[in-house]
Amino acid sequence: MGSGLVNVAVDISLMTLLAVTAIGIIRSRHLFATAMLSGIYSLISAALFVTLDAVDVAFTEAAVGAGISTVLMLGAMTLTRRSEKHAVKLHIGPILVCLAVGAALIYGTVEMPPFGSTEAAGFKHIVPEYIAGSRDDIQVPNIVTSILASYRGFDTLGETAVIFTAGIGVWFLIGRRRREDEEDEKKTETPGDRA
Amino acid sequence: MRHHLILRVVSKLLIPFILLYALYVQFHGDYGPGGGFQAGVIFGAAFVLYALIYGVETAQKAFPASWLAILVPLGLLIFGGTGVASLLLGGTYLDYDVLAATPTGGQHLGIIVVEFGVGVTVTGVIIAIFFAYAGRTDDIQDDDW
Repeated sequence: MGSGLVNVAVDISLMTLLAVTAIGIIRSRHLFATAMLSGIYSLISAALFVTLDAVDVAFTEAAVGAGISTVLMLGAMTLTRRSEKHAVKLHIGPILVCLAVGAALIYGTVEMPPFGSTEAAGFKHIVPEYIAGSRDDIQVPNIVTSILASYRGFDTLGETAVIFTAGIGVWFLIGRRRREDEEDEKKTETPGDRA
Repeated sequence: MRHHLILRVVSKLLIPFILLYALYVQFHGDYGPGGGFQAGVIFGAAFVLYALIYGVETAQKAFPASWLAILVPLGLLIFGGTGVASLLLGGTYLDYDVLAATPTGGQHLGIIVVEFGVGVTVTGVIIAIFFAYAGRTDDIQDDDW
């Protein structure tokens, strides 16, 4: 009972921090602050995933969300201006749509099975086979790894191909541009042409 | 960030441990949380940290951009090649059972090799994307923020 209360207190405080950070992101016009706040948002999300025992997801969220994407946001920011141009006006229509979708989602959670329930539909279909197979056939203690790398090997191969494509795409789009610019500057005598 | 003494000293101390931790996450993914993707991101993040503190030019001396053209496809080839190897050994594509003498040993080998491939590609892509962004801006002065 005591640990249950602690869990609820931790959940409530993390959720409150998450909401405060989100409001901060919305209200800030300064893009540096927004980038740092979204890093903080990811870090709090990672803590929430830990409380849900999803350590692998928390790991990824902390490394990618709080680490790399914050740095990439800052890197992208140095290529543009540092603050938003105009304060966004209050639009009634989008707010109503958001509220309606949010209400529908909360209504949808009413019929969801309780957290950790073994009766949940997701645990009925093929998961028992994976759990038994990881224990007996693959003998890998981390079931997440055995599902990702073995049972869902094709998915992971596809995901790796997606990452590969993303990296190649960014590299070709903006990676080599600067050297070409420098060569262009050497070639073209009239600077007006480049504008 | 030439004059940030604390950042320079602390990151210089931390970076070897971050790299080592990435390798731990990579090769311990069967037993604990983590795996190729997380390890790749952490490994890449160590270089990104190095580049942030010591500058992109210095980081490219430690990790030449020409390596990326090898690393990024290499990881995917390791992954795909494992599938081809299992095909050649008489199994189906990405069926690791046939890779070693026992099916369980084959699964262990296949998972480690495949995760290594994921880690290599992810490391390369993280560093490539960072270099692509960072290479376009001149050194950022502190009062630019």
